[in-house]
Amino acid sequence: MNALMTRALWRAVAIPVFAALSLAAWGADGSAILQQQCAACHNLTGPAPQTLQALWNRKGPDLFYAGNKYREAWLVSWLQKPKPIRPAGEFYGDHIKPGPKGDEVDATTLKAHPALGQGEATAVAAALMKLKAHDDLIAREKIEPGTLSKSMGEMVFDKFLGCMACHRIEPDYGGLSGPELYTAGERLQPQFIASYIRSPQAWDPKIWMPNKHVSDANIQKLVRYLELLSKENAHEK
Amino acid sequence: MRNNRLVLLAVLTAVAGASSAAETAADNYKTYCVQCHGSQGNGKGINIRDMSVQPRDHTDAKAMSGRTDDELFKVIKEGGLSIDKSVLMPPWGDTLSDGEIRDMVQHLRGLCKCRYGS
Ligand code: HEC
Ligand code: HEC
Ligand code: HEC
Repeated sequence: MNALMTRALWRAVAIPVFAALSLAAWGADGSAILQQQCAACHNLTGPAPQTLQALWNRKGPDLFYAGNKYREAWLVSWLQKPKPIRPAGEFYGDHIKPGPKGDEVDATTLKAHPALGQGEATAVAAALMKLKAHDDLIAREKIEPGTLSKSMGEMVFDKFLGCMACHRIEPDYGGLSGPELYTAGERLQPQFIASYIRSPQAWDPKIWMPNKHVSDANIQKLVRYLELLSKENAHEK
Repeated sequence: MRNNRLVLLAVLTAVAGASSAAETAADNYKTYCVQCHGSQGNGKGINIRDMSVQPRDHTDAKAMSGRTDDELFKVIKEGGLSIDKSVLMPPWGDTLSDGEIRDMVQHLRGLCKCRYGS
């Protein structure tokens, strides 16, 4: 066989084979997976629940503004190894029972989240990042650079604003009805954190997080504090 | 004339019902208050373990009869700080309408089986 023929053969056989292989690994169709495996529990089109009945019926967090909310790298890794974020699930009222000292989370009612392979997770994360229904709210937020000590951040979060009543800032400290926040910095975009604190109702009108009318200065401090907590949590892992 | 007015009233009611969609006080309590005040209304919700000030027991007639309906309205709408109580009691003015808060005050009166002063 001469060199020319070898090259022709290579083109005719090897390239299509490689192309097919890489399609199987990396060409997973993220939007199709979302429709087929995720839409039953997650709202991909909006709007957010407008009535309590719709809020209670929601089976998982809304994803129609995922591209405004999550960090893509976090999505890729979490979708492969999902860990609980809301200690009392969604809707919290369906996962509590009275106990001797008061209500407790009924862990037997919480189910493990489905996991994806690496190729699928990458494709799904890319498809989710295109869902940006709330560019308008994100555009209003400006994150200013600055530093803050952990103890000052904790003072604002716990004492001045009472956010710890519903959120955990350590794996075993804080309230249970809201998402854990010691991982929020790696999970969420800073503008989303700022915007959600400014008005949870702008994102999700019936949600059980109150609008505490937090000042601009404190919103900046809280964003920095949550990013600090996440970095610390990542070191400890 | 009379019939026309009735029809108008029916249409207006339907429109108002669709757009404002007031929820019942019991449903609002279950969604927003139970997380801290508990499914039994006794102040023992899932969030309380690490809270430095404990939520009010809404079935405690003695404590609840110490508040006027206006004070209860104010603390629900504007939060604990508005009546010199803890920041851990949040303001619900962006979540509930004034009408829903008035209904909530009456719901609390049902839980404590009490009125102001008795
Ligand atoms: C059986 C219902 C169900 C299915 C199916 C499901 N999810 Fe979820 N998902 C949930 C629940 C419930 C949570 C909240 C978990 C928690 O907070 O601990 C969640 C959380 C998430 C989160 C994190 C959201 C946040 O803001 O905290 C992402 C991202 C996500 N799901 C993506 C997906 C994708 C992608 C699929 C499809 C491959 C999928 N889910 C399938 C129920 C489901
Ligand atoms: C009464 C309970 C409650 C209080 C008090 C509260 N939150 Fe929340 N918070 C929630 C709930 C519920 C959610 C949304 C859960 C969801 O989307 O499923 C939330 C969401 C958030 C999020 C977005 C997290 C995510 O993963 O989506 C941030 C950031 C946040 N809260 C910060 C704060 C801060 C800062 C304060 C104090 C100013 C505060 N919260 C007070 C209940 C509360
Ligand atoms: C994040 C936890 C939390 C949530 C959610 C919450 N409360 Fe409270 N509430 C408290 C705490 C803590 C106190 C006690 C404040 C104090 O004694 O300083 C309190 C006190 C009260 C009081 C008594 C005020 C007084 O001193 O007379 C009323 C009334 C009340 N709450 C109503 C409600 C209603 C109605 C809701 C739901 C719409 C609600 N609360 C939701 C934490 C909460």
